[in-house]
Amino acid sequence: MNIFESIKFALRGLTTNKLRTGLTTLGIMIGVMSVIILIAVGNGSSKAVQQSLDRLGTNSLQIRPGERGFGGGGFAGARQRGGASSAVPLTIADAQALVDPINAPDVKQVSPIMNANVTCSNGTSTSTPSTFSGVWPTYFEAANAQIATGNYFSADDVTQGRHVAIIGSTTATELFGTDNPIGQSVRCGGIPFTIIGTTKVKGSTGFLDGDSLFLAPITAVESSITGYTGLSSIIVEAKTATGTNDAQSEITTILNTRHRIKAGKSADYQIFNQASLLSTSASSSKTFTVLLGAVAGISLLVGGIGITNIMLVTVIERTREIGIRKAIGAPKRVILSQFLIEATILSLVGGLMGVLGGFIGSHFTIAGTKPIIVPSSVFLAFGVSILIGVFFGGYPASRAASLRPIEALRHE
Amino acid sequence: MTTVIDVQNAVKRYGIGDSSIFALDGVSLKIEAGEYVAIMGPSGSGKSTLMNIMGALDNLTSGKYFLDGIEISSMDENALAVVRGRKIGFIFQSFNLIPRTTALANVELPMAYQGIKGAERRKRAEAALAVVGLTDRMSHEPTELSGGQQQRVAVARALATRPALLLADEPTGALDSKSTHDLLDLFDQINAAGRTVVVITHEQDVGERAKRIIRMRDGKIISDESNIRRAS
Ligand SMILES: Nc1ncnc2c1ncn2[C@@H]1O[C@H](COP(=O)(O)OP(=O)(O)OP(=O)(O)O)[C@@H](O)[C@H]1O
Ligand SMILES: [Mg+2]
Repeated sequence: MNIFESIKFALRGLTTNKLRTGLTTLGIMIGVMSVIILIAVGNGSSKAVQQSLDRLGTNSLQIRPGERGFGGGGFAGARQRGGASSAVPLTIADAQALVDPINAPDVKQVSPIMNANVTCSNGTSTSTPSTFSGVWPTYFEAANAQIATGNYFSADDVTQGRHVAIIGSTTATELFGTDNPIGQSVRCGGIPFTIIGTTKVKGSTGFLDGDSLFLAPITAVESSITGYTGLSSIIVEAKTATGTNDAQSEITTILNTRHRIKAGKSADYQIFNQASLLSTSASSSKTFTVLLGAVAGISLLVGGIGITNIMLVTVIERTREIGIRKAIGAPKRVILSQFLIEATILSLVGGLMGVLGGFIGSHFTIAGTKPIIVPSSVFLAFGVSILIGVFFGGYPASRAASLRPIEALRHE
Repeated sequence: MTTVIDVQNAVKRYGIGDSSIFALDGVSLKIEAGEYVAIMGPSGSGKSTLMNIMGALDNLTSGKYFLDGIEISSMDENALAVVRGRKIGFIFQSFNLIPRTTALANVELPMAYQGIKGAERRKRAEAALAVVGLTDRMSHEPTELSGGQQQRVAVARALATRPALLLADEPTGALDSKSTHDLLDLFDQINAAGRTVVVITHEQDVGERAKRIIRMRDGKIISDESNIRRAS
């Protein structure tokens, strides 16, 4: 008997019991599909975490006033001024000292930030931006704030302490409605600012509205709103991601000298390293993926047991038929090849449908995540389902085919 | 004359210890090529067991069985498949048709296993079904056929391979007298063509058509004589 004959026999075997064939195919399909989709969801969410981390930038460092300092840039800091050893933790001078190609060669740019909590008004319209900051122009790059209309303010605006500002879309709407804000004037904490630009819509991250934003030259903010109370933070960007640690130690040296921190004493500032932040986030997202992978593995296992079960039942059910075939002269290998081809067709069709279903299913957003298919998971799920199908279809068939015909025939 | 079947002191025991049953209890039997033998005896006397041994479907507890001079227990799987497919045509007491498969496909099956090509196979299967009068039922599945029709499909399947040895276990059990008569005529023809025919039956008039009648009881042969009316 040739291979075509065997395939014809196998197809006939499959079509004689359409319900069983259909259910087996469905079982394999669901198993394969769920594995592909589950892993795609895990992959998608870890990619999303990765992306939001990438947006933060891996080579930036954040310096904040330490325990003894004063966070938030409130007015309270003023009390401390004048105390010789406990000076204001972070100053513009600190920031300027970090721009030093000789002592800090790994620093690319420095961006001091002075936050305030003030309400701005334009006539009767008011707005309290969630982020009201005095910054240098370097901030725009460091914080990835891009201009939609108007212009950035310049280094000259900072030196001159000009009262100009760039606002986010939420703040613009709150203050000016649909009017063009460019060139308009607002009062913040009683101080007038002229709007010279608006930023591109950023969307919100968590509870923070990224577009409720008011950025002005740091000199103007310090002189007229917050006072010289110490910076809220300084963002330092290293030249390269690998140079971040070097930059951190350079900064530490400079600031320790400036703040007269003796060796072994704790500093009055803190440096937060995005890279180390990234690695913790990356490891937590890895844990998540491993977890989903485990769930996917279990579902593949369960699917596999399902396939195994159906294959076993199918063969046991057909032991009598195997007996008849042997009694009328079927060699063992012919019976075996028929059952193997049947199992292969079943697993192939089911597996392919599962892959198709997986691809279709991965187009939908699942639990807030856009699934991204991992090619290796497709091969894994497909391969495992076929292996299981062929093995558990083939193994019991081979046992049944080894029986003496009369034993197989007695099987009810 | 050559010996087709040579059973020597065959014992088939089922079960173990006190509760064991000797389905065959020391049976010795020779059948020459071209014989027409009927095996008769009460229910449970071991007729089917003996037939299964002769058809190389089962093995013995002790004793020997030679088919065409070769001991069956010495044959490997492939050789046994060839023997079952080419030498022997087996008609089962319980038909044993493949379920959910048409009569035609059932009859074609043994020929397919022998490697006979599609067209030739079909021609021979149709011819065999015509002989048993089932031309108009060829595309029916076993469940769509009456018991007698199923039995005739089983007969057609055994005949289509043109076996040298035809083993029939109660082939007329589900047939009416007309069909029985037709089938026995067919057996006569097959035997006249030189093939060996062994038939198990309860019915005296079926047994009477054979040239030699063997009677069994409790796993033993109690008589073995030629049929005076038929033996030439
Ligand atoms: N698989 C088995 N296990 C146990 N005992 C069996 C088995 N097969 C047959 N027997 C026993 O062997 C004896 C002979 O059985 P066998 O089928 O050969 O009888 P038979 O002569 O064909 O009867 P019938 O005319 O009813 O078909 C019986 O007693 C039966 O119960
Ligand atoms: Mg019987």
